[in-house]
Amino acid sequence: MTDELPRTDVTADTVGAGALPAAGEPLLRIEGVAKTFGTFRAVNGVSLDIMAGEFFALLGPSGCGKTTLLRMLAGFEAPDEGRILLGGKDIAQALPHERPINMMFQNYALFPHLTVRDNIAFGLKRARLARADIATRVAEMVALVKLEGLEKRKPDQLSGGQRQRVALARALARRPQLLLLDEPLAALDKKLRESTQGELMELQRRLGMTFIIVTHDQEEAMTMASRIGVMRDGKLAQVASPRELYEAPRSRWIAEFVGDINLFDGESKLRDGHRLVIGTRDAGALVVDEPREPVGAGKFAVAIRPEKVKLSRRGPVSEAGHETAINRLDGVIADICYLGGTTTYKVKLDAGGTVQASVANSARLDVNAYSVNQHVVAWFTPDDCVVLPS
Amino acid sequence: MSGRRIFARPARLAAIAPYVWMVLFFLVPFGFVLKISLSQTAIAQPPYEPVFDLTAGWEALRAAFAALSLDNFRLLASDDIYVFAYVRSLTVAVTATALLLLVGYPIAYGMARLPTRWQAVAMVLVIVPFWTSFLIRIYAWINILQHDGLLNQILLALHLVSQPVVWLSTDSAMYIGIVYSYLPFMILPLYATLAKMEPVLEEAASDLGAPPWQVFWLVTFPLSLPGVGAGVLLCFIPIVGEFVIPDLLAGSNSLMIGQTLWLEFFTNKDWPVASAAAIVLLVVLLVPLLLYERLQRRQLEQGR
Repeated sequence: MTDELPRTDVTADTVGAGALPAAGEPLLRIEGVAKTFGTFRAVNGVSLDIMAGEFFALLGPSGCGKTTLLRMLAGFEAPDEGRILLGGKDIAQALPHERPINMMFQNYALFPHLTVRDNIAFGLKRARLARADIATRVAEMVALVKLEGLEKRKPDQLSGGQRQRVALARALARRPQLLLLDEPLAALDKKLRESTQGELMELQRRLGMTFIIVTHDQEEAMTMASRIGVMRDGKLAQVASPRELYEAPRSRWIAEFVGDINLFDGESKLRDGHRLVIGTRDAGALVVDEPREPVGAGKFAVAIRPEKVKLSRRGPVSEAGHETAINRLDGVIADICYLGGTTTYKVKLDAGGTVQASVANSARLDVNAYSVNQHVVAWFTPDDCVVLPS
Repeated sequence: MSGRRIFARPARLAAIAPYVWMVLFFLVPFGFVLKISLSQTAIAQPPYEPVFDLTAGWEALRAAFAALSLDNFRLLASDDIYVFAYVRSLTVAVTATALLLLVGYPIAYGMARLPTRWQAVAMVLVIVPFWTSFLIRIYAWINILQHDGLLNQILLALHLVSQPVVWLSTDSAMYIGIVYSYLPFMILPLYATLAKMEPVLEEAASDLGAPPWQVFWLVTFPLSLPGVGAGVLLCFIPIVGEFVIPDLLAGSNSLMIGQTLWLEFFTNKDWPVASAAAIVLLVVLLVPLLLYERLQRRQLEQGR
């Protein structure tokens, strides 16, 4: 490595992002990166651009390669193939301590022999900052994560939430161009996790920093990230905004991985303008909107999210001209799952299959609730369906 | 209620057992040695006087007590030979322990970073020499280090030396023998702490801008200090009193305290002076032992 790397901005007086790339250029460009362990191809040709200021989430089941990809960004693993460009410079083979990137580790990896203050100051001392500057910066970080008064404690004298804050402050102290977060909230309990999610987002917005978070928790990814990359078997299956990922999944696997979904396998029967009629085994003929990328004939799955399936006793109220466009499935309630805010009904369809409907409990009294074995009509509109290659 | 009492008794016995052991096998023998160190040498059986005879009556016992004196300790302090022996023992022990740390740390670190299934193999390799008698291993070293021994043959074959090097009866040979013999005692405690340490801490240090040598000095080494302390004491204390290795491998011009003790006991038959020398050695070694005790207690408190 003879190229000079973009240095961490450790001398600026105010908290802020490091040197930004040229306008329109991504901060980070991952190009065809691959990594093999023995015979296992952990990351298999990933290309991805991340813009400055983004909050990007890498989401996927365990073993999908998301952690390996993150470790390559931090420099703990070197890619076998491909390039990693930060601000236009290839850092794929640079050592971790040479990169203007910092990481917040899963389980935090705080130094047990150092105090909170020394943990936060560790990276600043390595950057040879003046003593007074270090003290100022540490105080700034301590205030930022609200740890005042705990500076002299050792990590084992802190609660899980406090340790998480020290880890965050330590990773932010050097003002990295890119902050990597490896399952940062996995060790916290649910309530604390939710409030911390909000704080992390707020912090990221305020500092204008670029965050890449790795998580297996899709709710966490959806809540915090502006863009999500779903990984499967070492590849990026889809990169999209949370809304797009949920409402327009690109494959059957993604549709099932992100949230709950009803899937009906079938074959395209006929085309009616911009509508398709798909004959399904379990729910009869379903009318769906033609997907954006036109599909030919063949096998498809019709996907519909449970909250978009409506239930009624007598079927949808007919509106002139709309009746034919509505999918109407008769069945009986087979199972009821009350979740507080919503209730999930499992409806056994007369056509043979089952469909799940999630209904908001918008009234306190259950006058409108259904009971098991009750006959209902499950219905939904063509534009609520997604057609997926089977 | 009664059920608890049934279980309480064996538990209490188990708690007492170490103290019984200490009294029987440490304190009582120590009392004997202390008493002999305060006696005078004599041509008799046993070779010192006075001898406490509990059947001789009260007056005789009081006379025996009155005959005890600190003469032997005065002799130890006044005769250079003993002072030199102590100084030499401590010098050898400090040097050898430092060498052991230098040699043992990289081995222990390498072991701790091996894949788990290879760690067990490495552990066996470290322990395997114990299956052969210690004396035989030292004699094997004599064989290797002698004039036409394996070491000189290799050095000559590699043209590193033109004449066979004199190894036997030198301090080098003694240090080789000591480092070889005590290495497992240094490696095992170091390995235990290093294997427990999470490698992610080193990654965190390097992520925060520390080059490899700083990662080692600022994270790995401080966190392995408990193992360093245990290894250093496990080696230092027995090396101070080491007898066999210096006797077989080192020259005879300067003696360690263990050899001096042997001479007093078996050649001079001066049990009282030898006992006094042993007592002084014990007191000298008490200092690092107490230091280690305090270190461990502090770690226990921190661990909570």
